Amino acid sequence: MENVDFSLVNWSRAQFALTAMYHYLFVPLTLGLSFIVAFMETLYVRTGNQEWKRITKFWMSLFGINFAIGVATGLILEFEFGTNWSNYSWFVGDIFGAPLAIEGIMAFFMESTFIAVMFFGWNKVSKGFHLTSTWLVAIGSNLSALWILVANAWMQNPVGMEFNPDTARNEMANFWEVLLSDVAINKFLHTVLSAYVLSSVFVIGVSAWFIIKNREYLFAKKSIRVAAVFGLLASFLTVATGDGSARNMAKYQPMKFAAMENLYDGQQNAPLAVIGLLKKNKEELDPRKEDFVFKIEIPNMLSYMAYLDPNAYVPGIHDLVKGNTEHNIISYQERIDKGSVAIKSLADYTNAKKSGNDSLAQVSLTNFKANYAHFGYGYYANRDMNELIPNVPLVFYSFRIMVGLGMHFILLFMVVLYLTRKDKMLSNKVVLYTALWSIPLAYIASELGWVVAEVGRQPWVIQDILPTIAAVSQVNSGSVQLTFWLFFVIFTGLLIAEIKIMTAQIRKGPDELKQTEINHV
Amino acid sequence: MFETFSYITLQQYWWIIVSLLAALFVFLMFVQGGQTLLYTLGKTEDQRTVLVNLLGRKWELTFTTLVTFGGAFFASFPLFYSTSFGGAYWVWTLILLAFVVQAVSYEYRTKKDNFLGQKTYEALLFVNGLLGTILVGTAVATFFTGSQFSVNKLNLTVLTGDQMPIISVWKGSAYGLEAALNVLNLSLGLAVFFLSRVLAILYFINRISDSEIILRSRKHLLYNAIPFVVFFLVFVISIMLSDGFAVNPIDNNVFMEPYKYLHNLLAMPLVAILFVVGVLLVLGGIILPLVKFEKFQSTGIWLAGIGTVLTVFMLLLLAGFNNTAFYPSEYDLQSSLTIQNSSSSLYTLTVMSYVSLLVPFVLAYIWYVWKSIDNKKIDIAELKSESHVY
Ligand code: HDD
Ligand code: HEM
Ligand code: HEM
Repeated sequence: MENVDFSLVNWSRAQFALTAMYHYLFVPLTLGLSFIVAFMETLYVRTGNQEWKRITKFWMSLFGINFAIGVATGLILEFEFGTNWSNYSWFVGDIFGAPLAIEGIMAFFMESTFIAVMFFGWNKVSKGFHLTSTWLVAIGSNLSALWILVANAWMQNPVGMEFNPDTARNEMANFWEVLLSDVAINKFLHTVLSAYVLSSVFVIGVSAWFIIKNREYLFAKKSIRVAAVFGLLASFLTVATGDGSARNMAKYQPMKFAAMENLYDGQQNAPLAVIGLLKKNKEELDPRKEDFVFKIEIPNMLSYMAYLDPNAYVPGIHDLVKGNTEHNIISYQERIDKGSVAIKSLADYTNAKKSGNDSLAQVSLTNFKANYAHFGYGYYANRDMNELIPNVPLVFYSFRIMVGLGMHFILLFMVVLYLTRKDKMLSNKVVLYTALWSIPLAYIASELGWVVAEVGRQPWVIQDILPTIAAVSQVNSGSVQLTFWLFFVIFTGLLIAEIKIMTAQIRKGPDELKQTEINHV
Repeated sequence: MFETFSYITLQQYWWIIVSLLAALFVFLMFVQGGQTLLYTLGKTEDQRTVLVNLLGRKWELTFTTLVTFGGAFFASFPLFYSTSFGGAYWVWTLILLAFVVQAVSYEYRTKKDNFLGQKTYEALLFVNGLLGTILVGTAVATFFTGSQFSVNKLNLTVLTGDQMPIISVWKGSAYGLEAALNVLNLSLGLAVFFLSRVLAILYFINRISDSEIILRSRKHLLYNAIPFVVFFLVFVISIMLSDGFAVNPIDNNVFMEPYKYLHNLLAMPLVAILFVVGVLLVLGGIILPLVKFEKFQSTGIWLAGIGTVLTVFMLLLLAGFNNTAFYPSEYDLQSSLTIQNSSSSLYTLTVMSYVSLLVPFVLAYIWYVWKSIDNKKIDIAELKSESHVY
């Protein structure tokens, strides 16, 4: 296909990545802090202790600052499927649109309505109504994550659909298969749980800052307790669901998995490189002996992780591209040939139907169906096969940093929990500063998680079926470039504003809230 | 239950839902209209605080309706989503940007250390009110006046030559901005802009107890109502008298039919009646604050609000029903989108129809919640005692 406007495809990708990554700077705190605030308010209603009300209100004010910008960045994302990925929007809109619509009807209205009670209802509705509203905000925001993640999971593992050659699109055949696919369930759980980890780290870090500054010790200690328990539970489950994600990846997206592990030549009893420094290769497909400059590995671990069997065979990038008859892997060249047949048969079928040639239409249809599983590969006929391999180092390192930070957070939660129990939090400056500096680390882990998931599946927008080069909208690349920079400037300006306001609010501390408190007890 | 419906019934059902969402959105844009009046109606900082807070408590409702409208349109008419958004790129992008800056402006306007300064956030609110309303109106007008694009599903199989394998291709020169050069499109845009200001004024009169603001609002009501009526009539009358994009129900051929939208009005008497009722209610709502009876003076927003929803709702039914192409292409008539050729599959529409059963519950809790926290008029004294003010 010599007709691809690469600058258009790349700017569109850059724009989507920019907006998605900005959006995800705000999303996890919304998902987790909403629950933490709900726990705190529950403690207030249960105990009647005004200190808990003060704590609740302080964290709620931070929630509000973060929420506004999360909403602003999400709007762009939703419509970007249309503006920048128009072919995609038709090709899979029949399936993909539904979760987005359900998200609006079910989740966003719930969130935005009850948030009004949360902020403006303190003096107007009963305690019970207010508490219920706070819980509904938490449930609503997490429901919104469910639907968007179902949509994203479906792109990684398209199930429950069938291609309709008459409309030239995939149509939903089974809603429950889309909703309950193992990838969707795992992805949802891993994402929201990691968001709870981030939020807990945030609350602990901010509280540690108060202790460092010798302010609000009681407030900080209570906040830390709630967050550390929540965070510890969530982080264990994050590891478990992350492991599940990796196993799904090995099953449905072997190329992503091989890239994540920098595994070029497949092997039985594959070891897991815990830490490694990659060797730079000129050409992805060069045969090579050395992939690592340096590594520390655990024998058999990768095979075990992927298939729960230390002897299992894990295919490498070379096996996937070149094929491996011994392990029943067909080569990319064959897939490209089959995909080309699928694309050509679709054209033949449509033309034959138009001209009333029923027998040709029938033959073409059969041909099409037999090869549809490789449809997307057809767009790579006469193209460089390296385009079908994702950016290996980026995925490899991102994954290791995420997992490493996951371990770090578990340790942090345990230490902090122990110290607050023993009331030793005050004196341990190392822990206090570590807690504070873990806040940016939690954001890094979350963003890198998406890098693993999204960069690792390139060039596919829909795994094996639709590559980015066939998903894009035909706008001129100059326009996309211009909107990229517009978004960049606006989002960055808003981010700076958010961070400044957030830190100002934190510096002010929960004290400020006392005044209104006195008015309304 | 929805399984027993025919495909065309479900397609019509979803056109009704999407149209209703759009109509509610246009009404809720009174928030945007209000944002352009902050300095016109609020002469002191306290007065502006009252105005901003009154609007600020409702911005999310408008915003969420926009988001849900987008999602519902995508799920039910994906070909519209891909063709229009991917083609009229600049119009939609500017609309989105206008809304992006709104969300944060309320929350950050008076916060300490807010980086851009209070005046900037107020300017952004103004931009949202101005661009958001005018461009939305312009975009809706193209449902009647047409755009320049082609749709060819076979493009998906084009692997050589200089055509990328892309189904919907925009032919307009400025990726949608060319629509704003059309006088008719622009007059609907301006009508929506002035309507949103009228609705905002009526809302202020209803909800604020500050007599100075009320007095000023009354004065500005007419200044905005007159241009609204003029632009609206120009648009509606021109559309009724011009050719429309008709579809032959037998071979699905799209052709130009003289007086098409007038014919649609006559062919669907219920739509015609509700349309007229809607327009009258809007006019009634505008007149109420000017009448003698004090009891009715503040109730204009109810009439005008219901009237706006009815009018926009019926306009969109005129665009989609009775064998009409709702998103017409002037460039290639046969590429025009109809509710039949652009909708989701029967299965998806059925699933989505079950989801739509949630809508009444959603409306019910929204109503209940706002009833319980909006129980009295707002003034500066109340705001001074609140912990969350914008
Ligand atoms: C519903 C689907 C969906 C969801 C929930 C996400 N993405 Fe995604 N992402 C896409 C659908 C997608 C896409 C449409 O498929 C893109 C655009 C172009 C592409 O190749 O994939 C993509 C690209 C893309 C890229 C660029 C990869 C590249 O071009 O090399 C990054 C870094 C991310 N995404 C990151 C994210 C983040 C941080 C998300 C969290 C909010 C996220 N994605 C959610
Ligand atoms: C690329 C896909 C995505 C799209 C199209 C999208 C769309 C949106 C939109 C339109 C909003 C604003 C809604 C409102 O009015 O409240 C929003 C907010 C939100 N989104 Fe996303 N989103 C995406 C990814 C995600 C992911 C992956 C998550 C969670 C894991 C998520 C969770 C949320 C949450 C919690 C909110 C509430 C506001 C906030 O962020 O503070 N979104 N999203
Ligand atoms: C410690 C063990 C962890 C493991 C084994 C793990 C594993 C994984 C894997 C394999 C993916 C890719 C899933 C896919 O491509 O479909 C992923 C994604 C992700 N991870 Fe982790 N992860 C861990 C910890 C964390 C932590 C601590 C965070 C953040 C605080 C985090 C946040 C994310 C996010 C946001 C995604 C993208 C969403 C998704 O695809 O599920 N992860 N993780």
